[in-house]
Amino acid sequence: MASYILRRLLISIPVLFAIVLVVFVVARVLPGDPCTATLGERATEEQCRQFAIRFGLDQPIPVQFAAYLGQVASGDLGTSIKFQLPVTDLIIERLPTTIELSFYALLFAILVGVPLGIVSAWRRNSSVDVGTMLFANIGFSTPVFVLGLLLAWIFAIVLKGTPFALPPSGRLSSGVDVIPLAEVWGLTALDGLPRAFLDFLSGIYTLTALITFQWEALVDASRHLILPAIALGTIPLAIIARITRSSLLDVLALDYVRTARAKGLGERSVILRHAFRNAILPVVTIIGLQVGILLSGAVLTETIFNLAGVGKTVYDAITGRDYVVIQGFTLVIAIGFLIVNLLVDISYAYLDPRVKVGG
Amino acid sequence: MSGERRVGPLREKSGAVLRQRNARLGLAILAFFALVAILAPVIAPFAPNADLLSLEPGVKSLAPPCIHLLGCPADQWQHLMGTDSNFRDVLSRVIWGARISLVVGFVTVGFAIVVGATLGAIAGFVGGRTDGLIMRAMDILLVFPSLILAIAIVTVLGSGLANALLAIGIVAIPVYARIMRASVLTVREADYVTASRALGESQLGILVRRVLPNALTPIVVAGTLGIGGAVLDVAALSFIGLGAEPRTPEWGLMIGLERNRVFAAPHLLIFPGLAISLTVLAFNLFGDGLRDALDPRLER
Repeated sequence: MASYILRRLLISIPVLFAIVLVVFVVARVLPGDPCTATLGERATEEQCRQFAIRFGLDQPIPVQFAAYLGQVASGDLGTSIKFQLPVTDLIIERLPTTIELSFYALLFAILVGVPLGIVSAWRRNSSVDVGTMLFANIGFSTPVFVLGLLLAWIFAIVLKGTPFALPPSGRLSSGVDVIPLAEVWGLTALDGLPRAFLDFLSGIYTLTALITFQWEALVDASRHLILPAIALGTIPLAIIARITRSSLLDVLALDYVRTARAKGLGERSVILRHAFRNAILPVVTIIGLQVGILLSGAVLTETIFNLAGVGKTVYDAITGRDYVVIQGFTLVIAIGFLIVNLLVDISYAYLDPRVKVGG
Repeated sequence: MSGERRVGPLREKSGAVLRQRNARLGLAILAFFALVAILAPVIAPFAPNADLLSLEPGVKSLAPPCIHLLGCPADQWQHLMGTDSNFRDVLSRVIWGARISLVVGFVTVGFAIVVGATLGAIAGFVGGRTDGLIMRAMDILLVFPSLILAIAIVTVLGSGLANALLAIGIVAIPVYARIMRASVLTVREADYVTASRALGESQLGILVRRVLPNALTPIVVAGTLGIGGAVLDVAALSFIGLGAEPRTPEWGLMIGLERNRVFAAPHLLIFPGLAISLTVLAFNLFGDGLRDALDPRLER
């Protein structure tokens, strides 16, 4: 297993290199000048020349690329042209927002989607099945931004003043703060990588609030997450429900399921203990594939619900010509993809003994 | 000609497609929208950008739907879907928008199929390094979340509906390249292809007459299911301001431009939103039906 993981990681290196190269070149063919995008239309030529020298933009592109690779190898992703902050700081600040949002969106999609798919397959062609699949189809067909705005309108405006009202924007109410882990644990003297890691974890508000017993902040952060997570999770939910249903139907048609029924096992046991275990593989694959959908959706969800996450940052960086941020964040996204794919492949081995990972 | 014989079963299957409840429902909704799109100049009460202020004195902006039959006072102007912040009739804009969204889906997916199938065919047929190069390029395209990649492409090309279509089309290329390549690899070594080759048929002839008909079914199915996604993505690009130009009656853009007013005037969100959902739903239902009817593995 360890050698398999190692080999997979080694194969990923050329892919990562290609991605870094493509992103680097594409970022530089974006029309528009980072100087005027940052300093404003009224920046003088001299200002722009200084600006270019400062960020190395006066060098030929291959030279810039070589310099960039050297930086990346030493863990430095450069300094954002627009924010004047190290990109690693921006990532530590904003990646947790997207991870937290995507996690709850996916959790919602799995916890609702899988049972819906099972019930649908179990009661095939019943009104429950037809209704569930129609619901899945509608969920799959509704734009994230329409659903997001609709939810925000219903829960923040229509239900205002009722116990069901939910906040339509931001991560915390004003006046509520999540105290970072480093402060709670008295580790403010810490710096370097351990501190960065702590700060990164602190950005996942619900996790930090939970393990440090900040109950008020936990409730508040959770309430802020409900609407964006539903908006973002609905399309994955629909996909997961459909795949669960069709995968389970395939398995239910197999001989061993008939044997299980012939033995006199209850339908519940046949489906949950016998059939579902074998039907789960395509579901896991599809869950792994949702990461791309979640990140695309995150651009829209974060815009609508006013969350400073990866999606919104990349969008702002592309439109603001902040090359350094585009490069850094796409690299992180690409690494995230590779890791998720690896996790999916590894999980096959655990879920299905017939799949041999080492071979 | 064997090429035609291969298409035959596809025609036969059209009956099977129509026996699917989902496909019928999808087709009915699509027919409705197509009709709306074609008849837009006749059925829309106003031009999409008509300024009602000069046509109906006293008309209000952001007015909720007013339907006289449903009890809206007769002294108010009737607007079935209300008005937007620029004194325009929302119903008229939704009707005209049908033209854009239907075309959008076919153009993007058509482009992706042509380019993707060509690349996939080359990869599968030539093999070796060319295959590796093309398919790795496809892998890299697939690593990026589709909307983020599309945003980047639109930024390179400049915003506008045509470029948004191109961007969404490019993002979809790998899907069709993979299907086509797989089909080519399956068929390439088949006896009847070897026979054609022995009979002196050209590479192009083999590709067009032997391989393409085999790949057609999965590509048509994936394409139909892809149209819905393309409509969603183009609407999303327009929503964030990188798609259709500001005055265009495009559904995603209509919501994007009124984003800060939809809480006060929800009809500006609900009607264009419903139009997008229904269109995408129709394409998806039809695609599902098509797949169920054409995929032999699903015949149970």
